[in-house]
Parts: sequence; C-alpha cells; structure tokens
Amino acid sequence: MIGLTEVLTLSGILFAIAVAGVFLNRKNIIILLMCIELMLLAVNFNFVAFSRFLGDINGQVFVFFILGVAAAEAAIGLAILVVLFRERRSINVEDLDSLQG
Amino acid sequence: MESIYLTIVLAPLIASIIAGLGARIVGRSGAHTVTILGVAISFVLSAYVLEKMLFEGMAPENVSVYTWLVSDGVKLEVGFLIDRLSAMMMTVVTFVSLMVHIYTVGYMHEDPGYQRFFSYISLFTFSMLMLVMANNFMQLFFGWEAVGLVSYLLIGFWYTRPTAIAANLKAFIVNRVGDFGFVLGIAAVLYYTGSLDYATVFAQTDRFAGAQIHLGGTVAWSAITFTCIALFVGAMGKSAQVPLHVWLPDSMEGPTPISALIHAATMVTAGIFMVARMSPLFELSETALSTVLIIGATTALFMGLLGIVDNDIKRVIAYSTLSQLGYMTVALGVSAYSAAIFHLMTHAFFKALLFLAAGSVIEAMHHEQDMRVMGGLKKYMPITYWTCLIGALALIGFPGTSGFFSKDALIDAVHGSTRFGAGYAYFCVVIGVFVTALYTFRMFFMTFEGEGRMDHHTREHLHESPWTIWLPLVLLAIPSAIAGWLTVKPMLFGDFFGSSIQVLPAHDVLGPIGEEFGGQVSFIGHAFASPPLYLAAAGVIAAFFFFLKKPELADAAQRRFGWLHRILVEKYGFDWFNEHVIAAGARWLGGGLWHYGDEVVIDGIAVNGSARLVAWFGSVIRFAQSGYLYHYAFAMILGLASLLLWLLWRT
Repeated sequence: MIGLTEVLTLSGILFAIAVAGVFLNRKNIIILLMCIELMLLAVNFNFVAFSRFLGDINGQVFVFFILGVAAAEAAIGLAILVVLFRERRSINVEDLDSLQG
Repeated sequence: MESIYLTIVLAPLIASIIAGLGARIVGRSGAHTVTILGVAISFVLSAYVLEKMLFEGMAPENVSVYTWLVSDGVKLEVGFLIDRLSAMMMTVVTFVSLMVHIYTVGYMHEDPGYQRFFSYISLFTFSMLMLVMANNFMQLFFGWEAVGLVSYLLIGFWYTRPTAIAANLKAFIVNRVGDFGFVLGIAAVLYYTGSLDYATVFAQTDRFAGAQIHLGGTVAWSAITFTCIALFVGAMGKSAQVPLHVWLPDSMEGPTPISALIHAATMVTAGIFMVARMSPLFELSETALSTVLIIGATTALFMGLLGIVDNDIKRVIAYSTLSQLGYMTVALGVSAYSAAIFHLMTHAFFKALLFLAAGSVIEAMHHEQDMRVMGGLKKYMPITYWTCLIGALALIGFPGTSGFFSKDALIDAVHGSTRFGAGYAYFCVVIGVFVTALYTFRMFFMTFEGEGRMDHHTREHLHESPWTIWLPLVLLAIPSAIAGWLTVKPMLFGDFFGSSIQVLPAHDVLGPIGEEFGGQVSFIGHAFASPPLYLAAAGVIAAFFFFLKKPELADAAQRRFGWLHRILVEKYGFDWFNEHVIAAGARWLGGGLWHYGDEVVIDGIAVNGSARLVAWFGSVIRFAQSGYLYHYAFAMILGLASLLLWLLWRT
C-alpha cells in the first residue's frame, strides 16, 4: 500500500534533484528553467497527495493554478532566453555575471 | 475718544508711509509738509487729551482697539491706557518731535536722504506713541523694539560712513542684551499672572508678591525681584545705564536732530517711563529698587565725569544725557517715580534744546564738531547763544529754571530715603551736580565765549541759522525755563499722576518734602540752604577759570593728573572690555564651535562620517555579489533550510 509518507518522499527527492540541478549546472540556462519546472512539479505532487489523503478537493484546484502559472512562466522564460541569446551569443550560465558588485 | 487716540497714533504713521514710500511723488517739500502735519495733528490732539485730563476731570481710560489673537486664554491685543502719565508723555513726545521736524527742514536741507529722514522720524513718533500709550506688555514690547529699530536706522543714516555703521550695529547689539532681560521679565509676568494686560497684572500683585522661584535644593528667589530686575535690565539697555551705556555716546554719529529727539529727549527715557509704569510691581521688591538705585547713581556720577574730558560738542551733551538718565533712575530707585517722570519731562525740553543748539553751531561751523576749534560764537549767533544759555542753566539747575525744580526735588528725595544704597546715591547725585555744572559750562564757554579758534575761511561764513532752526530753539527754550515752575506742585506733591503711579506709604519719600513745600518761591529759598546750589555755582566758576580765564590751568591739571585723565579718556575701559573680552570671547567661542562643532563633529563625523561608513560597508559586502544566479539561489535555499530547521528545532 502506498501511503502519504512514500508520496512525500518522492516529492522531496524530486525537489532535491531540482535544487541540485540549479547548483551544479554551469553550462546551460535551459536546464535551469527545467529544474525550476521540476521544483514546481514536486510542489504539485505534495498538493495532490495531501488532497487525496485529507479528502479536500481544494489542493487539486491549486495544482491547476500552478500548472497555468508554470506554463506562462516557461513561455516568458524561454522568450527572455531567446533575447538573451541574440544579445550575447551564449546561454552559458558562467558568462552571465553582469550583476557582479 | 477712541478715534482720537487712534488718530494720534496713526497720523505720524501715515505721514511716514507717504514720505517714505511716496518719496519720489511728493518730493522734498511734500515730505516735510506731510510729516509735520501728521505730527502736528498728534501734538494738538495729545494736548487736547491732556487738557481734558487735567482741567475737565476726565477719568483714565483703558480701551482695547483690536484683538490680535487669543491663545490659551492669553490675549494679545492693541489697546490704549490713557491716564495722566501717558497723556503727559504723549504731549512731551509729540511736542519735541514737532520741534525736531521743523528744525530738520533747515538742518537737513542739503541732504540727499531728505525724504527718508522725515519718514524715519515720523515712524519714530508713531513707535514711541505706541510705547507710551500701550495698555499691555505686548504692545509695550512692540513699541520698544520699533523705537530701537528706528534708532538703528537713524544712527546709520549716513550709511556710507564706516563709523556710523559701527555705531548703529553697536547700539543694536547692546540693546539686544537689554531686550533679552526685558523679554525674560515679560515672560515672568505672563507666567505668574497669566496675563499681559497691565490692569489684570497689577490687580494680582498680592499673589505675585508671595511667589517664589525654586532653583533646586533650598535656594529660592523671590519671583517679583527676579521679574523686576529682568525688566530693569531692559530699561538699562534702552535708557543706557551702566554697563549697557556704551552705545549712547557712539550714537552721536547720527544726524543732530536725531540725537536731540531719540537719544536725548524721548527714546532713551522709555526705560524710565517703563519702570514708572510698572511701579506697582517694583514697589514690591526692595532688592530690585536698590539695584535700580545703585546702577542709576553710578551712571549719574561716573558718566558725567566723562563729559569733562571729551572735545566733541555732541558727545559732551551725550554724556550729560547719560548722567541725567542716571538721575532719573536714582529717583526711580528711591520710589520717587513722579520725581523721575518730572525730571524726564524737564530734561526732554532742555536737552533737546541743547542738542538742537549744538546742531545749529555745527551747521554754522560747516559740520565741525570739535570744540577746540570753536569759541567766540556769541557775537555771530545771538539766538543760539541765548537759547543755549537757557538750556545750560536748566541743565545745571539754576534756581527757577525747570531743571532746578526737578533736580532739587530729586536730590531731596534721595536724601530722605532710607533704602539700601541711598547714602551712596546721595553722594553720587550731589557730586554729580558739581560735575554737571563743570562740563556744561566748559562746553558753553569753549563754544560761545573767548576768542574764536576756527580758521579764517570758516570765520568768514559764520552766521545765525535760518528761522527753521532758531524757531524750535526758542520754542523749546520757553518750557525749559518755565515748565518746572508751572508744574512742580501738581506733579510732585499733588495728585497729578493719580493711580497711574503707585507708591507704598512706607516708601513715600516725596510726601515729607511735599509737607514742607510752601510754593515755588520758598522752594527756591530752601535751595539756598542746601549744598547742590553751591556745588553748581562752584562748577560754573571752576569751568570759568579752567577753560575760559586760564586754559593753561586745565592743561596743567591734565599733566598733573595724567592717569585720571587717561582713565576718563578711555571711558573706564568699558569699550576695551567689550571689545577684548566679550566680543573677542564671542568670536573665540564662535571659532571654536565652527571648527570643532561644525567642521569636526557635524561635517566630519555626522555627514562625511556616515557616508564613509556606508562606503566601507559596501566595499565589504560587494564580495558576496558574484553575479552568478546559482550563488544567489544557493543562498536562498540555505536561508530557507536554516529557517525551517530553526522552526523545527523550536517546537
């Protein structure tokens, strides 16, 4: 039987992978965006799990909101990425340090 | 009656505005016509009010014209308290002012600032009337400051002369010192009585008398003593009492009509008037009255001595003014307020006369003020000579003149007083009589008698002044000669001032003199049996010998008593002290505050210091700003994780 603990563990692992991806990835900004999507998915997973086990449908409604926002965010992120590439001829994360103090 | 009072005050103000702001439009003759008309209206109406007071038994009036504002129950308003004291002051002020206006037409006729001058003196008349007619401390203070301002403007009337600018600045600053005390006094009155209105304040004297100021511990001051001394500090500034007298001799830089009007006859007596007006308060404090007495006595004698060594004709009269103001202050100090006001009135006439006569001489001498190059003017300017002689006789107290009655009564009053310091004051005023006679007739002999010491060119142009100059001299000579005779009985011993001056029965020094008073003639007879008359005669004789008959005697005395002469020429070092201790100290303090307070603390630490701190902090913090997204994300996650851990650990 799959209980709440197992689902939460899976979601935690997904989130941790995403965080590790953000830190470890030095090459490609697309991977960064994908990692952020993965984090959101992990969160969605939590919502669905609690909704299921607490018998509250509101959690699943939230998941739809998050999916919508995530889609919009991915669209904007990719658009920025395209502009960035035109400007810099590179999407290498290590080159993007113009915020340095 | 209210409209009459308003007209008295406003006529000079309107005239001043027309002559000042409309100077181009009205021109020179328009300016003097309108201002003389304004002051003449004031004078006629003041005389009318005084006449109604004296002969038709009009009761004192206390009218409020306009309420400016009410704050927490304290009313600030414009109002007039018209009783015999203020009616008399109004008449004297407007009369002398009118004389000076007429005189100015002749005296200033060549001056490019003609309209400006008339505007200023009319403004002065307005301010002085506001001061004497006030029924509350607020308006008194307004008039007080306004006359100070006009005095400042007029001392510096010839603003291209550096000495005039230095003198008006000095007058203004020294008066600020006095005004500081005055404001404190008014504040104390307001604090203890909750009102600025004379009538309300004087009705609460019982409560006021018992109040004390606690200075922590067991030290306590009597509130009334503090208040009175603070008010008197204001009077010391305005009426030029030691040690705040230093501005008055320097104020002679102004045109002569101003010296006559402001710095002799009226404005400088504002302090005397104010103390007399506050007599219900001053009566309650023996300590304050003793202070008044001692300061007045010191001024009366020691400032008179300075007149003996100065060679500037106007300055000699200025020192004489200081000395006479000292006499008035002494009278205030022994509770003989009416004697002080009486002397104020007679002094206004004869001192204005002396100044205007000096102005006439200066005009004839082509603006030469040094008496050493004068002499023998008697035959060139007979009218000036005779009027000046009347003024000089009144000043030294020649029997029968106005100055005789006021000064003799004043000295008698001091003699009869038992107040602390009265012995010293009596000594000062009696010796002062000799000194007064000496310097007055020294001035008189050096100017009018003997051989002329002027150069040939000046001698050729010597002539009597035009009628606009000699007419005021004659008109002032009349009251100088007879005003005392006419008014001594009601003013000093009668009920002239009624309730406007209050003297406690125990302090009444004029009462016993009044009981012996048997008419003017016997008063003169009585004077022959007392020292002042002989001292005055001795002074005149000494002046005659030293400065006319045998001038080499004066030179010998000067060599013999060189150190004394030096002290007098240095004016006891007051100017030196002010310059090297007070002014230098203030500059040193200012320099210190500027360097350490402003440059080091505010600029260095507070302003630039905080900027440097932020810059240093930024330079440290910038190492954390790598610009890489993953560093920022890592910091965020780390922070989030530690926050969660902390929450977890807490529960």
